[in-house]
Amino acid sequence: MNVNKSLLPLVNPLSKDNPVIVQVLGICSALAVTAKLEPALVMTISVTAVLALANVIISLLRNTIPTSIRIIVQLVVVAALVVIVDQVLKAWNYEVSKALSVFIGLIITNCIIMGRLEAFAMSNRPWASFLDGIGNGLGYGIILVIVAFFRELLGSGTLFGCQVIPQWCYEHGYQNNGMMILPPMALITVACIIWVHRSRNKDLQE
Amino acid sequence: MNRQSNTYTIIYSTVLVIVVGVVLSLVYQALRPQQLDNIANDTKRQILASARIVPQSGQTIADLYSSHIKDSYIVNSEGEKIDSDTDPFDVNVSLQIKKPADERLLPVFECDTDNGLKYIVPVYGAGLWGPIWGYLAFDSNGDTIYGAYFAHQGETPGLGAEIEKPAFSDQFEGKDIFSPSGEFMSVAVVKTGKEPAGQAWVHAVSGGTITSQGVQAMLYNSLEPYSAFFLKLKGDAKKDIADASDSKPNENAKATNEVELNEIEP
Repeated sequence: MNVNKSLLPLVNPLSKDNPVIVQVLGICSALAVTAKLEPALVMTISVTAVLALANVIISLLRNTIPTSIRIIVQLVVVAALVVIVDQVLKAWNYEVSKALSVFIGLIITNCIIMGRLEAFAMSNRPWASFLDGIGNGLGYGIILVIVAFFRELLGSGTLFGCQVIPQWCYEHGYQNNGMMILPPMALITVACIIWVHRSRNKDLQE
Repeated sequence: MNRQSNTYTIIYSTVLVIVVGVVLSLVYQALRPQQLDNIANDTKRQILASARIVPQSGQTIADLYSSHIKDSYIVNSEGEKIDSDTDPFDVNVSLQIKKPADERLLPVFECDTDNGLKYIVPVYGAGLWGPIWGYLAFDSNGDTIYGAYFAHQGETPGLGAEIEKPAFSDQFEGKDIFSPSGEFMSVAVVKTGKEPAGQAWVHAVSGGTITSQGVQAMLYNSLEPYSAFFLKLKGDAKKDIADASDSKPNENAKATNEVELNEIEP
């Protein structure tokens, strides 16, 4: 692909360097929030916001952070941002904040965030770090949304809470697959995505 | 300055923590009033939802609440109203539930609906991942559930979290929490095929076994202290009917009893 070099941090994580299906990070939340599309989407937005901001802050501080406590500094920044996102949601959009409840707090433990801070923001300029944060957030989000799409469609027969499988299917014996709602099916769906992705990108095959 | 020295590291972490602490407390202070409003509004919405009052477009929760909730008070486990400085609305049910039944403050909200006066009480318990809670609205006979609202903090979406859906909570309508002999039974939450005899039941959420069991335990634990209060309501309801049928003074007691029973049957 011919992409402007400065945009590579934004574009790479979407496919070739995807945090979920190539680096296999952030699997825990891919499993937890993908039973329905809506939480998956809001989680994507929140992770992208936190990741982009944390990347910029760490990138600005990168020359002052003492090496021996750099992980702690990163954690403090991420935790502070997550708490702020949580508080702002509670004040301005209480409904969404209630829908996400614990998942917002869990952003702190998302491996992608620590991974990008340590691998990218610590050694790159703020603008590149910002793009990297957005790119990785979206790369994570694409997978989340694809997984949630299949799990909600097959597991509950709905998309964004609206019924899409017509009623006559149920009347003719169609049943929602309850197993799709259970966490293991998230892993199997992710595995299927990885399968398709690898078969289209031969250079990623080991 | 040497960035690897201990002094630098200690000063750096101290400054960082202070800055982050100040920022977080400023954010908290700035957003707190708005958040408290939201929480109070949300509690009002939940209370109203249990009596099946849902705001239409253009209606605010606060207006609806003040127009429907006519009275609220605190009772004890004897069913007597107690004077307390605490507003029933501000009673923290999660703390009350930890006390022995006879020391609990039990809030009751009287709600005026299109179908008559309803008594709304809060319930609180534990699901799989965290607290679950809700409100139950009772008919004025103190026995029959008029409507229910359940909420949770972090149950699994699609599984335990389904308790907040109408598909689950609507099942409670019309269930009696007392046996015909006046014994407190609560409502069982059971699998298909395991329906108990002699007790009102609803179907559990499939795949949400622990949450469903949590709902069952929550109902029993939270409603039991209210049983004296509900029995009084039940008694009052009977008395009203008895008074109404008392117009023929010479009628014998047995006949009056029969009238009572007939009228109480829904």
